[in-house]
Amino acid sequence: MAKEEHRIVKGQVMVPYEVALGKTWSMFYDFLKEEKIMGKKCPQCSRVLVPPRSFCPRCFEDMDEWVEVSQEGIVETWVYVNMPFFAQELKIPFISAQIRLDGSDTGFIHQVAGIDLTEFEKVREIVKLGGRVKAVWSREKKGNILDIAYFEPVK
Amino acid sequence: MGNAVAIIGTGQTKHGRRSDVCYPDLVREAVTAALEDAGITLKDIDGIVLGTMPSMMEGVSSTHFYFAEAMGSVGKPVLKVETCGSTGQSIGHCGFFWVASGMADIVLVVGSEKMSEGDGQATMTTVFDPFFQRTFAAGAPGVFTMQSMEWMYRFKIPEEKGREAAARISVSNHDNAMDNPHAHIRTRVTMEDVKNARIITYPVRLLDVCPASDGACAVIFATGEKARKICRKPAWIKGLGFRGEEFFYGESDKAIWMSATEAAAEAYRQAGIRNPLKELDVAEIYNPFTYQEMIFYECFGFCPRGEAPDYVLKGTFLKDGELPCCPSGGTLCSNPIGATGLIRLAEAALQVTGKAGARQVEGAKLALSHAMGGVDQFNGVTIVGSEL
Ligand SMILES: [Zn+2]
Repeated sequence: MAKEEHRIVKGQVMVPYEVALGKTWSMFYDFLKEEKIMGKKCPQCSRVLVPPRSFCPRCFEDMDEWVEVSQEGIVETWVYVNMPFFAQELKIPFISAQIRLDGSDTGFIHQVAGIDLTEFEKVREIVKLGGRVKAVWSREKKGNILDIAYFEPVK
Repeated sequence: MGNAVAIIGTGQTKHGRRSDVCYPDLVREAVTAALEDAGITLKDIDGIVLGTMPSMMEGVSSTHFYFAEAMGSVGKPVLKVETCGSTGQSIGHCGFFWVASGMADIVLVVGSEKMSEGDGQATMTTVFDPFFQRTFAAGAPGVFTMQSMEWMYRFKIPEEKGREAAARISVSNHDNAMDNPHAHIRTRVTMEDVKNARIITYPVRLLDVCPASDGACAVIFATGEKARKICRKPAWIKGLGFRGEEFFYGESDKAIWMSATEAAAEAYRQAGIRNPLKELDVAEIYNPFTYQEMIFYECFGFCPRGEAPDYVLKGTFLKDGELPCCPSGGTLCSNPIGATGLIRLAEAALQVTGKAGARQVEGAKLALSHAMGGVDQFNGVTIVGSEL
């Protein structure tokens, strides 16, 4: 077959952003500095949402009531990531997990760590669907989601 | 439902790595094919709807400017709609709305993507919010794996059974793609190939996952009156549904998946369908991941919750089964994302008009098409039939 006669132009677009957290999410991070995980409770459906919302997505009501939720919860689902993706903050291998913190009505997305993650077969003996995990805090708080360093399996 | 609307023509590119053409020329390939199929010219087109993934996919902002002329849009109204993976269904719906409202007689709808030009997984990672969830994102495979695991756990589906059924889905989609000249991946695979393929995010392996494709699709919508005049065999729009749910992953139940369930239920109500498994002749489901296809079967009422693997293993959704699913080889074998949902609709239209060639399901009269978008957030369904 004849060699393809086409050309490629390479390029890269880099755009800086400064994204506002707004009042509710700023406060969530302020609470993290005090090592508290806070959700918001809907006055209408009474659900407690973590991450908190300024309004309930289902009822469209303002959510003004802050509620502290447990730092422990159940793993609703998880994924072992051992493949690099562009601009990924976390080093592979890592585990993304959906955690239902006690006292909340939503799954909270974070990472499960604090165990040897190198071998998947060993990891799956420790990290289980329905298993319990608890928050481990970063010593230094930077006002981002990794102020909770990770969730570790409860023995 | 508004005035009666029919599809009078469809066109698709050869999907795959299309570095032989620039993006506008790729789009024009599908548009030209659709006009030829309908037997009309650009002069007949009253308006154009298009959609793609986020512009970062190809690194050119607002791609509707970039390939406007390739859609023949000079001097015509243009409307861009995007809902991530469900874009293809959303633009089909908008084409329908425009004609059903009586504001246009014939509307051209175009979906496209040129994924080889950028980093698809990096682009999709920016769909996550920058505050809470993006840090833990692992592209689309991460999300769909989490959803599949939750679904299997919820319905106590043994891991081996889920694996077996997902592998069967991969094998049958690959077999079906052999019949589709437009498909990106046209290679047969065996159960062993799937089960031994490289792990992407456990238990999802390489052959459980769609490719990143370049491709475009164009579909032409017309009023009932125009359709009867122009087209020997139009595909009639029988029903459509679209539903969204919360942005944050984990805030809604993805094992039951309200948006997928309700989008189909709405389309069924409009089409008068009560028993989809019995009444539908074929379905083109948005299936970028084998495991996820099974969740859709349940959401769409093809089988009871938690039983999709059993139905898969007894062959219900094979080409010669009770309800053939994705005779085109599906999203699993071609995924130019902005086009994908519209390809599902085009394939459904081809099926009910007997124009699907080697992938034709014999005597198909009623077909479902579908697409899903965002971080499992949106679902759209369109049902077409051979009769109004
Ligand atoms: Zn509420």
